[in-house]
Amino acid sequence: MEKTETAHAVHTRDIEGAKMGMWVFLFTEMLLFGGLFLLYSVYRSKYSAEFHGSAAELDIVLGTLNTVILLTSSLTMVLSISALRKGHRGLSSLFQGMTILLAIIFLVNKYLEWSTHIHHGIYPDSPALLAMERGQIIFFSLYYVMTGIHGLHVLIGAGVIAGTLVFTTQGKLGPDNFVMLENTGLYWHFVDIIWIYLFPLFYLIV
Amino acid sequence: MSTEQETQLTATRYRKYVYVWLSLIVLTSLTVSVARLHLTSYAILIAILIATTKAGIVVTFFMHLKNEPLILRLMLFVALLAFTLIALLTFSDVWYR
Repeated sequence: MEKTETAHAVHTRDIEGAKMGMWVFLFTEMLLFGGLFLLYSVYRSKYSAEFHGSAAELDIVLGTLNTVILLTSSLTMVLSISALRKGHRGLSSLFQGMTILLAIIFLVNKYLEWSTHIHHGIYPDSPALLAMERGQIIFFSLYYVMTGIHGLHVLIGAGVIAGTLVFTTQGKLGPDNFVMLENTGLYWHFVDIIWIYLFPLFYLIV
Repeated sequence: MSTEQETQLTATRYRKYVYVWLSLIVLTSLTVSVARLHLTSYAILIAILIATTKAGIVVTFFMHLKNEPLILRLMLFVALLAFTLIALLTFSDVWYR
């Protein structure tokens, strides 16, 4: 009896440690994006008019759609964790699959958006962009870097969820071993939070 | 009975997250509507406030911070404080240059 209690205590501490490690990693991610947000703030205060003008190039409808898609993917992610903790592996797998699908739809929208800008001749170092004013060049550079790094995070997140989906269907993850899915969820929600800030700063300043 | 109770518990938890998601969607439509009013000087402040409210909701419920031990919440506080200090130092440099 004592032995099982000790084993249980060790197991609990392990979960706490794993989650804490994930949070510490997310703090470093926060500084990565935080630096870019500071760069955005400083240049926005310096080139306010140009930033407002450049934002007109972005599609608010597509941006809003992508916000709803990411928020919904966060819902399916958290539901997959609840399902796994209840022992419903099939339902959890379904929710994880939905999360991956929403991530892919987000990236397809992003691809369509970038294609439109590139079609208009606006891409890093393009003649059309370099002919613009300094503030506009900075706006689009920040737009490409920040949404690009964010998109990369979405791609990585979808890949990691594909991994947990395989482990869930194989039965390696379950009600007693869910911390890997929980940490994947923490990463996914963090990526969602970054988009929550990117959306108003780039799309809604017209 | 116990299975039924468990299913009931699952249902309520699922429902709770759907409500959280709904509140995030409402805040998104709110921020889009406010942007259309073109409140030039206050627009950015309102947008940041709404975004921060949304981020807070995601951290509290989706990231389960509500159920986490105090140490984790303190760690997040210290990380946010560190970033705020870096931001203030950056802005003070830019403003008083």
